[in-house]
Amino acid sequence: MTKIHQEPAISVRNLTKTYTEGAAGVPALRGVDLDVCAGELMLLMGPSGSGKTTLLSIMGCILTATSGSVRIGGREVTTLNEKELPAVRLAQIGFVFQGFNLFPTLTAGENVELMLDLKGIRPNDAKIRSQALLDQVGLGDKYRSFPSNLSGGQKQRVAIARALAGDPQIILADEPTAALDSHTGRNVMELMRKLAHERGRAVVIVTHDPRMVEFADRITHIADGLIGQAADSPTSPAMFVQEGQQGSAVNLA
Amino acid sequence: MPPLARRNLFHDKIRLTVTLTGIVFAVVLIVVELGLFVGFTSTTSGLIDHSNVDLWVTSKHVPYIELGAPFSERKLYQVKSVPGVQEAQKFITHWTQWQRPDGRQESVQIVGINPDSTLGRPWNLVQGRVEDLKTPNAIVVDELYKEKLGVTRIGEVFEVNHRRARVVGFTNGIRAFTTSPYIFTSFKNAQDYAAMPADQTVYVQVKVAPGADVQQVQRQILERVKDVDVVTNHQFSRMTQVYWMFTTGAGVAVLLAAALGMVVGFVVVAQTIYATTMDHLKEFGTLKAMGAPNRYIYKVILTQAALSAVMGYVLGMFVSAFVVRASQSGGAAILMPWQMAIGMFFITLLMCMGAAIVSINKVTRLDPAMVFKG
Repeated sequence: MTKIHQEPAISVRNLTKTYTEGAAGVPALRGVDLDVCAGELMLLMGPSGSGKTTLLSIMGCILTATSGSVRIGGREVTTLNEKELPAVRLAQIGFVFQGFNLFPTLTAGENVELMLDLKGIRPNDAKIRSQALLDQVGLGDKYRSFPSNLSGGQKQRVAIARALAGDPQIILADEPTAALDSHTGRNVMELMRKLAHERGRAVVIVTHDPRMVEFADRITHIADGLIGQAADSPTSPAMFVQEGQQGSAVNLA
Repeated sequence: MPPLARRNLFHDKIRLTVTLTGIVFAVVLIVVELGLFVGFTSTTSGLIDHSNVDLWVTSKHVPYIELGAPFSERKLYQVKSVPGVQEAQKFITHWTQWQRPDGRQESVQIVGINPDSTLGRPWNLVQGRVEDLKTPNAIVVDELYKEKLGVTRIGEVFEVNHRRARVVGFTNGIRAFTTSPYIFTSFKNAQDYAAMPADQTVYVQVKVAPGADVQQVQRQILERVKDVDVVTNHQFSRMTQVYWMFTTGAGVAVLLAAALGMVVGFVVVAQTIYATTMDHLKEFGTLKAMGAPNRYIYKVILTQAALSAVMGYVLGMFVSAFVVRASQSGGAAILMPWQMAIGMFFITLLMCMGAAIVSINKVTRLDPAMVFKG
């Protein structure tokens, strides 16, 4: 394995976020510095109200910071306006949500096609690519199934396929295993780890679940809006990717 | 685009039914009210529009056909002497009393014509001939008013202003805007029923010679005949329509009811589309988080509105056509010319698209960060 140092996919510097509550300001982030590299799976852990979801939202360009810098793929995004941010999300970021957030009236395949449609892929090509993505997450036979007919794990795999459809360099996941049983949750985490290690994505996962620690390359703790300790997982090749594998078609199932 | 709009719309059948019911209700209400307006308007000027006349010579300042004032018959001959006049005929409209066989009185409008002329004749004759009006006391009534007037068949005799009147024919569909049906008769009979002096007429109808300029003939009659007004058939028709539909306020009331139908439809559709949007708010938030620009989401909502409009329009027009057809045998005609049918499609589309703006406004302000709020 050849190891290549990467420029951080996400670089956060001195980030603050203060929510206004009446006349008073409630600080959620108080000067956060953080880098996440391609090929790395980072867990963001902390108690409720610690600011981890706020940090994830700002890194995902769906919440604006009060001050500080966020660079996505080397581009400063805190100066972008609300009309420019959706384009960054579409091009660079894939989201995986705790509640899956699939469109219940669309089939699994159509849920993935929706992302491809947003990217401007023609319908016929989108169908082919959607099928291929479902194949990659092990749900090739579920193309025509509606979310109501899928298990929790299957729904989350569809959500991951949808996130991958945009070919993002960054995957941000908010408690992706919280609604799943232990076994299914591990499968989903294994899939996320493959995304990082075999496809070179920068994966950030917010979780409370200590059982997921073993899948992490790095664990970042946050409390009261401040980054606490960051540690590399002993089992992971953090901050590195395999040469030549970035963006390649890998069966993730 | 994946069929998100269509699926969202059809997903909740009950809500779709409510939406379509609202649109159909609005479409039918607007068609009925606008159809009544068109029907009333054409009814007010029916005598003029079917008269085959180019110019009407009236006493001064006559605002509509039912309010003509008598003038000397000598003016008929003055009109006939004007170059370009091919034919001129005396014509009477006059309100009077009709006595039914049971003794009850009804108000009617006598229409006196020359049965030998093509001007001002009754149309849509279904029984009898116009020439039969040349016999003494002969009258033609419309089938729509048989019951009102107590008429059952040809040959029956009634009293009009205490004078004998014998039914010689029936027309079909010649409505009067007022509650007083038209009774066609010869000019001479009409003079008797109206108790008018024998040397007077209420109007002179003019047919201009082929090739003659109507406006020029109009000017020449005005120059040669004193104390009269001369209006074209179109002008007289418009004057009569405007009087009945706007001066009396009847048309305004009907138009207001049509506007009310649109408002009701707008509110119902806006409410249901808004409720559908609220049901799918999390999905719109997800779309935004995924990077969908607002215009993509607007497209979803507007597609839902447009689909609702098309379905509501088709169903609404089906019901409207039934109502329009049923109205033909009633006292108030609801007309739906093809222009109105096409126009209704755009009104329905506009109504539904406009109603979607409330939802668009909600989605525009939607914070995509909601997707992380569980």
